[in-house]
Amino acid sequence: MSQIGVRLTRHPLLLTLDAIREALDDAGLTIADIDGISTYPGRTSMPPGFSPIGTDDIMDSLRMKVRWYVGASEVSSQLGAVVEAANAVRAGQARHVICFRTVYEAAAMARPQEFPQARPGRLDGFSQWIMPFNAYSASNWVAQYAMRHVKLYGLKREQLAQIAITARKHAMLNPRALVREELTMEQYMGARMISDPLCLYDCDRFTDASTVLIVSAGDALGDVKCTPVRIAAASHASGRSSWDQTEFMAAYPTGAGLWKHTDYKPKDVDTAQLYDGFSFLTLTWLEGLGFCGVGEAGAFIEGGQRIALDGELPLNTFGGQIGAGRLHGFGFAHESVVQLRGQGGTRQIPGEPRVAVAASGGGPLATALLLTRD
Amino acid sequence: MSAPRLLPRLDPDNRFFWTSGADGVLRLLQCESCTTFVHPPRPFCPYCLSEEVSPHAVAGTAVVDSFTINHQKWHPAMEVPFVIARVAIDGALGVILTTNIVNCAPEAVDIGDKVKVIFEQQDDVWLPLFQKAD
Repeated sequence: MSQIGVRLTRHPLLLTLDAIREALDDAGLTIADIDGISTYPGRTSMPPGFSPIGTDDIMDSLRMKVRWYVGASEVSSQLGAVVEAANAVRAGQARHVICFRTVYEAAAMARPQEFPQARPGRLDGFSQWIMPFNAYSASNWVAQYAMRHVKLYGLKREQLAQIAITARKHAMLNPRALVREELTMEQYMGARMISDPLCLYDCDRFTDASTVLIVSAGDALGDVKCTPVRIAAASHASGRSSWDQTEFMAAYPTGAGLWKHTDYKPKDVDTAQLYDGFSFLTLTWLEGLGFCGVGEAGAFIEGGQRIALDGELPLNTFGGQIGAGRLHGFGFAHESVVQLRGQGGTRQIPGEPRVAVAASGGGPLATALLLTRD
Repeated sequence: MSAPRLLPRLDPDNRFFWTSGADGVLRLLQCESCTTFVHPPRPFCPYCLSEEVSPHAVAGTAVVDSFTINHQKWHPAMEVPFVIARVAIDGALGVILTTNIVNCAPEAVDIGDKVKVIFEQQDDVWLPLFQKAD
């Protein structure tokens, strides 16, 4: 992983190189060992800084000779890029795959001349059904799912607050985290609303960073010096592929589907690293993965003890996106590896964790990984 | 909310929907074979795969499925707060429209509210907005 910041001036390709170097050093591999590359969503100029680096930037700048690569937006969500890599190594298409996600949205916003916003044209695809009604932001789309939880299941803001409060508490123990300050319940309750019931602290913020994971074939581990973590199961089910035609987000079928690929059960999970681009999405993952029943996530996290570092289900131990920065999905898998290896430093969860769940996505997008240490 | 809205690009699939309000009537695509409503509009029925699908007038009343009060100015001309809602269209099983609930205080909106369509024209598009029915 690179440094995590806002309004960084370091070139996004150099941030990506920083993260690649760290991952290679950790694994004891060199760039010559890498024969596959995977990223999400591939290079795009819109929105500015959302994904400034594509597979070709890496392959050509490093003069790599890979056998397999993909950089695609139409996958199950950010961690879909890791699932693709896992499928590729299992199919013999590659032995060691670099999976990366580079974000540069804060820098792009700060330097609009360099990263110009497109003039808005006419809308098509799914956005035509939502954005004419001034629902510009995913916060508006997620908020309507959250409001159903408030009205139908009694979710309280004081409960939802625990996602952000816990994230910031954990971020304080992560030297690389973006926001290393405590968030109090009073601050949370007094925060300005963005889109009811989501307030400012329920949203992640634009970040500049690159995160890299290396996915290796099971029979290629002799090349690797670090402690490997197994991708024991992956799930990326879709419900209706829509932001507004469905009662439940894809986290529900995806979460339930994960357990069909493994003998592990939710109770075996030592730590959960669940997408928090908006805090409410973490609740959908807790329910979808079966850590609690539908509508029960508010009560499940109430008070925050259960999801603390020494709790029954330590959650987003690196600070999540709300505390550590909007790494966009990849941070959850990265932190799962850190915790399973016992490398969390002051934020390391107690015992010897063996099983982690990492999940990314919201709305119709969802990917869940079950990661284990043998 | 008088600032210009982003508008859909009209194409052969969606033109009927976005221009339906010209005569004040909400229309949805419906399968002639099995009566399923097809939304978003596509050239066949998702259930019976019949290609005989065509726009049909619906009552124009709906029930609020969920909503949010948006407080954030996503662009400088945006007037806040306002209500974004998903409404379930009466008589069109399974069809939800994202919309705005207008002509009432934002705090007056709740899940389960009965609403009715009111069109707002901008350029060649008639946006189906909703207001409280009672």
